[in-house]
Amino acid sequence: MDETENTGGTPLIVPLTVEPAGEAPAQPTKVGCDNINVYYGDKQAIFDISMAIPERSVTSFIGPSGCGKSTFLRCINRMNDTIETARVEGKIFIDGEDVNSHHIDPVLLRSRVGMVFQKPNPFPKSIYDNIAYGPRIHGFASSRDDLDEIVEKSLTRAGLWQEVKDRLTRPGTGLSGGQQQRLCIARAIAVSPEVILMDEPCSALDPIATARIEELIDELRERFCIVIVTHSMQQAARVSQRTAFFHLGKLVEFGDTETIFTNPSDNRTQAYITGRFG
Amino acid sequence: MTTHIVSAFSEELEHLSADILRMGGVAETMIDQACTALVTSNQPLAEKTSEMDDAVDAIEVDVERRIMRLLALRQPLATDLRAVVAALKVASELERIGDLSKNIAKRVGPLAGADVSSAIKGIERMGSGVKQQLHSVLDSYSEADAELTLKVWSGDEDIDQHYNSMFREVLTYMMQDPSLIGAGTHLMFIAKNLERIGDHCTNIAEIVHYQVTGTYLTSSARPKAPLLEG
Amino acid sequence: MTDTITNTEAPAPSQFRDEAARKRLKKRNAAEQRFKFYGMAAIGVALAFLVLFVFSIGSQALTAFSHHKIRFDLPLVAETVAPMGVGDTAAIAENVSGFHQLVRENLARRFPEAAAQGRERELNDLVTRLAVLPMARTTAENPGRIGETLTYFAALSDDLDLYLKGAVAPERRISLGQISFEQVRNGDSVSLRLPGSGAFLPVSNYVAGVIDGTSVLLQSGPNIVLWVGPDNGYQTFDLLTGSVEGFADAPTRARIIELPESARNVSDRQIAWTLALKEEGRITQVFNWALLTNADSTYPEIAGVLAAIVGSLFTMLITAMIAIPVGISAALYLEEYAPKNRITDLIEVNINNLAAVPSIVFGLLGAAVFINFLSLPRSAPLVGGLVLGLLTLPTMIIASRAALRAVPPSIRSAALGVGASKTQTVLHHVLPLAAPGIMTGAIIGMARALGETAPLLLIGMVAFVAEVPAGPTDEATALPVLIFKWSTGAERAWEPNTAAAIVVLLTFMVLMNALAVFVRRRFERRW
Repeated sequence: MDETENTGGTPLIVPLTVEPAGEAPAQPTKVGCDNINVYYGDKQAIFDISMAIPERSVTSFIGPSGCGKSTFLRCINRMNDTIETARVEGKIFIDGEDVNSHHIDPVLLRSRVGMVFQKPNPFPKSIYDNIAYGPRIHGFASSRDDLDEIVEKSLTRAGLWQEVKDRLTRPGTGLSGGQQQRLCIARAIAVSPEVILMDEPCSALDPIATARIEELIDELRERFCIVIVTHSMQQAARVSQRTAFFHLGKLVEFGDTETIFTNPSDNRTQAYITGRFG
Repeated sequence: MTTHIVSAFSEELEHLSADILRMGGVAETMIDQACTALVTSNQPLAEKTSEMDDAVDAIEVDVERRIMRLLALRQPLATDLRAVVAALKVASELERIGDLSKNIAKRVGPLAGADVSSAIKGIERMGSGVKQQLHSVLDSYSEADAELTLKVWSGDEDIDQHYNSMFREVLTYMMQDPSLIGAGTHLMFIAKNLERIGDHCTNIAEIVHYQVTGTYLTSSARPKAPLLEG
Repeated sequence: MTDTITNTEAPAPSQFRDEAARKRLKKRNAAEQRFKFYGMAAIGVALAFLVLFVFSIGSQALTAFSHHKIRFDLPLVAETVAPMGVGDTAAIAENVSGFHQLVRENLARRFPEAAAQGRERELNDLVTRLAVLPMARTTAENPGRIGETLTYFAALSDDLDLYLKGAVAPERRISLGQISFEQVRNGDSVSLRLPGSGAFLPVSNYVAGVIDGTSVLLQSGPNIVLWVGPDNGYQTFDLLTGSVEGFADAPTRARIIELPESARNVSDRQIAWTLALKEEGRITQVFNWALLTNADSTYPEIAGVLAAIVGSLFTMLITAMIAIPVGISAALYLEEYAPKNRITDLIEVNINNLAAVPSIVFGLLGAAVFINFLSLPRSAPLVGGLVLGLLTLPTMIIASRAALRAVPPSIRSAALGVGASKTQTVLHHVLPLAAPGIMTGAIIGMARALGETAPLLLIGMVAFVAEVPAGPTDEATALPVLIFKWSTGAERAWEPNTAAAIVVLLTFMVLMNALAVFVRRRFERRW
């Protein structure tokens, strides 16, 4: 008689553990946040957020409008300092260094943490001057040749060089929306930042331009730590390795993008990404 | 969970699961009728059962079309994504169940008049077990009941044991009376078909379990009776 | 699924198709038409006033922009022209009485009857004393030609100028054809007469219908007689200038001046002499350069706006030096750096209020602070500029702030985002982008200051200034003040002069506004 192989009453349940496709094993933390609270006047906008954003990867922030994701993003380069009523509590570390400490100059910090905005906002100057502005004010280039090189390198890295190399003296505002946004990305990387923050960089662009930017983000991931705020869940799913879901100023869930989009653990995340909010 | 902001999306998902359940209901009836036709040698019933497979196929095509549309237009995520993918897979499993049931029904004719009533008793018992499995797994699908899927999942072991004993019994008949070899072979296939239906039910249980919990039941860990040696 | 829904229900009748709806629509369209019409009517009224204004000023000014000059061929007698010696050119340039004497002699030779009748004064009034000043000056530039006979032009007296422009009295001209007078010797005087009926009839018929005291001049070539009145079926005349025999050579025209001589500033004789000179071609109408190149004068025919323009320019210079840098700095600080708190709110409210303070109050302040306290020179463009600078400052700050606020915040974020400091952001990006707006505001503010009168009156810039100021501390006046002063002048001729000065001022205003528009168009950046 044959015996049936019995594994016992409880079946073996193996949770889904799949490394993000093509992803090197977990990166070290680049930006660490510790109990961040942000207030606008009396109103608290961010509640006790702690998270670790890894190096050389794309982290996306999703969440409904007004959930504090942009506000949180702006804490990282102390852009909230420019808003008079804003008050930030808690600690943010970049490479273990507290950015809110008194001996960190916010202006220098902002050149280490580049930012790309929702609406493409090139300076109303030539394409060349748009890129060269940052290196110039920081004194990165000692000669015109150096500057030329930085401009070419930044534009190449932003995938714009081939399109604009013959019209560097034309105004940057004359480019198409998608090109303008890539110009802004080139401008941000011209000062060799360590972190690039993107605040809904594709919300004003058409799908083709969006795809170009996404491709660019994927390439930039190899050198930079990128944090992107987006309203498009598909975009977050496409470009990021880690996704954070914000709701009402709180960090609800933070994890691998794939997990967030197939099997989120929190009901609010679930409701948001399946379109059941209300 | 609350319904979607886009209410049509919720309706489509509900419609989809209703279709799956309807398809499952038809498949269940087919198993039941095929077994009944076999036990009672009811040829017309067997033919009627065969024809029902067309209905199953039609529903499968419809479900597939709906799912394509849903994927393209709604881009479901998380639970919705799992539900849609599950529906797609369950539909194809049910389609296979329909095919296998039809195959059983087709063998009612050749078996008519053969003196294998004791073996047919065994088939009947096995059939009702399989039918119960399918019924439970469809319940688990409609109730999103992970517990129930586990029960179905481990319940397949009984079916396998049934099959093993059927196999031995029919083999014994055929050895005792070579004139029964033809009928015996048919019986053997019927038993095999029922066993396969049981496996499909297990697959459905796995699919439903993933849909509900987001975690996989690995098929390698599934209890399975080893094949009869010799 | 949506495609399974069958629509068996008949669609509800549209609420936009029935009779009531058509009425509503008609009403709404009518309301819209009405509203549009109100707007157009308002524009029309504004335009009508503008046209009226431009027309009235323009037509008056037009008479001032041309004037009549008399040609003189003067033998430059050295002892009259240069009593201090030919070498003393400064004395020659100032020798008004010498040249006036030459002019008087010239006129007396031409019209000997004036001396005979003891009417030299009337004749001399054809040319104002000071009107010979340009002659003296040109002679002084070329003293070698003293002794020769040179051709000069002198402005005709303002009243006669106005007469020739037809602005003194309504005048009716009637052509009488060829006439010849009967000369009646009466003792040693000779009176002229015409038969009561005949050639003169249309004139006497016309005169009978108008007021008493009407002067009737009969002119034939340079010969002119004055109608005295009817006498025994004849009409009698006085010879004013020329000869009776001359009437045989050319057809006669009658000029009926419908204003009694006593009510005019010009006598019949002066008119006759002027007409005779004009007939000879010695009086010509030319563009009145004096209006633009002369300083102020007590005589309207030689008064000009140059000193006022220069005074205004100096004033504007000081105003710009005060208002623009201070205004921009204040606006930059308030807009870009200042924290928003109670103090800055207070400052903001005060700046807005300051813009509404009547300008005369600034004049009082200027008089009290700059002249009495700081002892700056009275009537000087320096003080005027300081006062107008203060006056313009609030406007300047408000305009600059508006321009700064119009720079999109995204540009600021962009600059801050690449690590520019606040000051770099402002200087490299915000200010260049706001510059066209700020410049526009500055120019319009300056244009307003240019037209400001009241504060300048209070700091004494209303003084009579006959010399073009050489610097901001010299006594000076400004265009609007000059206009004010001219408009109060007693003589009729100030009226067109005032209008002409207004046109000059308006021209400057239009130029400045055009510059503002140009700056805005040219340097405006799009983002």
